[in-house]
Amino acid sequence: MKATIVIGVGNEYRGDDAIGLLVARRLKELPVPHTQIIEAGGEGAALMEAWKEAETVILIDAVQSGASAGTIHRLDAQAQQIPQRFFRYSTHAFSVAEAIELARALNQLPARLLLYGIEGKDFAAGAELSTEVRYAAEEVIRRVLIELQMIC
Amino acid sequence: MASKTIKVDYLARVEGEGALLIKLKGERVTDVQLKIFEPPRFFEAFLRGRGYSEVPDIVARICGICPVAYQMSAVHALESAFGVTVEGQLRALRRLLYCGEWIESHALHIFMLHAPDFLGYPDVIQMAKDHREIVERGLRLKKTGNEIMTLLGGREIHPINVSVGGFYKVPARRDFNELRERLLRARDEARETVGWAARLRFPEFEQDYEFVALRHPHEYPFNEGRLVSNKGLDIAVQEFDEHFSEQHVAHSNALHCTLNERGSYLVGPMARYNLNFDKLSPLAQQTARDAGLKETCHNPFQSIIVRCVEVLYAFDEAIRIIDEYEMPDQPAVEITPRAATGAACTEAPRGAIWHRYHTNEEGLILDARIVPPTSQNQKTIENDLRAFLPARVQLPKDELTWQCEQAVRNYDPCISCATHFLKLTIEQE
Repeated sequence: MKATIVIGVGNEYRGDDAIGLLVARRLKELPVPHTQIIEAGGEGAALMEAWKEAETVILIDAVQSGASAGTIHRLDAQAQQIPQRFFRYSTHAFSVAEAIELARALNQLPARLLLYGIEGKDFAAGAELSTEVRYAAEEVIRRVLIELQMIC
Repeated sequence: MASKTIKVDYLARVEGEGALLIKLKGERVTDVQLKIFEPPRFFEAFLRGRGYSEVPDIVARICGICPVAYQMSAVHALESAFGVTVEGQLRALRRLLYCGEWIESHALHIFMLHAPDFLGYPDVIQMAKDHREIVERGLRLKKTGNEIMTLLGGREIHPINVSVGGFYKVPARRDFNELRERLLRARDEARETVGWAARLRFPEFEQDYEFVALRHPHEYPFNEGRLVSNKGLDIAVQEFDEHFSEQHVAHSNALHCTLNERGSYLVGPMARYNLNFDKLSPLAQQTARDAGLKETCHNPFQSIIVRCVEVLYAFDEAIRIIDEYEMPDQPAVEITPRAATGAACTEAPRGAIWHRYHTNEEGLILDARIVPPTSQNQKTIENDLRAFLPARVQLPKDELTWQCEQAVRNYDPCISCATHFLKLTIEQE
């Protein structure tokens, strides 16, 4: 069976940007069979490398699209382009959205790539996670577990 | 006289986000402001009160692209405070780790961020449709850099294996076997890449910069050396404060660093290359010559070729280090903390990065100072734009904006190091 991987993307010290990492850590504590769970900083080429051998990838990252804090976005990379501005608060110029679109251009997209974006509010260095984002993370964990059950 | 303001809301393809404001009056540039919004020196404050052994892992989080640079300047500064010198194979492994970071960081910039400028694409995604081979090569080279980082650092980003005194664990000789094969292949590709970059078309633009970089008697600089320039600077890194000043400028939240009495200066690949060509490996020197790159380069647009030469050098040096490697008995030298002050400077991919720490007798950090390369280049970037613009103000706005962004990208500014959010704005009234 080809691999299923879950990648939590984020930066610990940037307020709500840490949420992808925290989701990955929580998932690691749960019984999630046949799934590799990775924490990543969001550097695009490293992401492309991480998902290269995978059949199914679920990415979790904080986003800022203008929606209210805690809004959960679910994007299916096979079905739609990922707007680059969506992930503007990443500290990398070549980041999640670019990695997905470059992989698409090079025919290297995994068969299934789902993206869970959690709308953040405060991305300042040293900020705490906002309450809305914490709550949303619980919901994302629940949904990711359901997605994984349906796949495996 | 008509005046123009060019406005670009975003500085694309630089690490992080930034703002650049340019005001023009006729053909005269009336204002250039590279704006950097910096949280109030978050990490310097965050480090206060922490134990010395926590510092390498904390500073690695400042930047996902150059964590090794932060770690290396930090461990050298703390070792200098505690009166310890790391030598032999542990020192060589630090150079190897730095090779990995240079390869990774330079490959990202050369192929993913800078090449689209020269080939006329808005980004690497569009470029990949017509130049698939080049983009795939970039990814391969970058991956090989990642592999060095993973083997030595524990993982690709934010390496967790670096300690004050050395490493937490060190590899055995056989651990390098597979990596060595891939490095050999990558070195060949890196060599071809120098020729490819040299055939790109470059704007004619040269400036009389003061280049500042480390210089070591026997090596192309990574971890050690004196800070020297082409205009007479030659100091020990501990003397940094006596020769350089950081100033707040009204338009930027980051500090501008200048050389006392002489002002702006340039750090990074061009500075290293110009001051240390003779220390490059014979292969890197010959490949640069074959590509038509002289021993000194004053055109910042050609920094892409210099980065390619440094990538080749990093592969060559990594292979040399692996071939001479013998597993050390201890992964780190013993540290006895004391109340002291220690400073160090190493060469991040983007240039000299200087750290200074005060510690108490238990090794707690009382005070930290971090001067990253991008804040040192800020003033030079502004000066480049002042000089670059007058001959080009007649260009259509989109074209002018793009060329200005390209001029900023020459410096591979790591905004996430110097600051965190940078937003580019060019205005044309």
